[in-house]
Amino acid sequence: MSETITLEVLRYHPETDSEPHFRSYTVPYKDEWVVLDALNHIKDNLDATLSYRWSCHMAVCGSCGMMINNEPKLSCHAFLRDYRGGVIRVEPLDHFPIERDLVIVMDSFMDKLSGVKPYLIPKEDRPLAEGEYLQSPAELNTFHRYTQCINCVLCYAACPQIGLNEDFVGPAALALAHRYNLDSRDGGRDARAEVVASNEGVWECTFVGACSQVCPKQVDPAAAIQQIKISASVDWLKNLLTPGGYR
Amino acid sequence: MSRRPYVRKVERSWWLRRPRYVLYMIRELTSLFVGLYCALLVVGLVRLAQGPAPWDGFVAAFSSPLGVAVQLLCLVFAIYHSVTWFALTPKAMPLMMKGEPVPGAVIVGAHYVAWAAVSAIVLIGAGV
Repeated sequence: MSETITLEVLRYHPETDSEPHFRSYTVPYKDEWVVLDALNHIKDNLDATLSYRWSCHMAVCGSCGMMINNEPKLSCHAFLRDYRGGVIRVEPLDHFPIERDLVIVMDSFMDKLSGVKPYLIPKEDRPLAEGEYLQSPAELNTFHRYTQCINCVLCYAACPQIGLNEDFVGPAALALAHRYNLDSRDGGRDARAEVVASNEGVWECTFVGACSQVCPKQVDPAAAIQQIKISASVDWLKNLLTPGGYR
Repeated sequence: MSRRPYVRKVERSWWLRRPRYVLYMIRELTSLFVGLYCALLVVGLVRLAQGPAPWDGFVAAFSSPLGVAVQLLCLVFAIYHSVTWFALTPKAMPLMMKGEPVPGAVIVGAHYVAWAAVSAIVLIGAGV
């Protein structure tokens, strides 16, 4: 008999279930399979009612994040061979409401993301005829890593502060705010500060560092947040020392 | 089909769920001991200001087995606090040189060098 592996998957159908429950599935074990392949096998062959999000299968789209043995991971990035001989427990990402099975409700994240104005706000309007905004490789280097975020929200599932205070803006959104604040073409730092430097912004972060540990793209949101704390403190001090400047 | 999103409650024991959370909570706990030692030093200053007899009493209490045990406990937590903080400094204080990031190990190493230098100055100043 060929080798198999067991997945315990958290199921929740709002029409029939009062609360989520685990259901076990035994699937073929293959060295090259990831957890997402196993879920696809379940969906295609064992239980067509299983719901989950996925798209690219190559750690680019950011839609297949799940708790896999209690760790937030992209299911396309978690090989069965790393769990060989054990049971794989698959749950929806922590700290988000469950819409259905492994699908989470991520409206709160979308609101937080748009709240930090994650787009270029030019310092001054410039006529098109003046040409493009130039940027040197060194200037790009200052923020390049923060552009790698794929909005997979693994960092929100890893961050205990998100679990304790749902209003916390959170790692990915703050890292993206920092990405634009650092951009030499951008002038929107003050416009973002109202959200970013608020109590629910960077100051809700206690530097657990879990966000950076689980990030599949090495974005390092924890670093971004600490840097914002320092620049926000400097801004506050400057305001305090400027006559009539304190708001 | 009706929507009825299910919200999972965060348990009070959330920090026991993962080793990284436990280590984080220990780091948070260390601040109490660092604070305690600072408070003891303030008490020492007050005693010093009150004259020789109260100061001698303070020194005697600090040198007693219980006093030494409390200071050792504070030292252990202060070291854990410092080491974990130094490990995080490259995130909070990234440096760029000639358009390239300075390696984290260099930033962490500089903190240890500064720590050693300040300690040496204090020890020399104290005549040790």
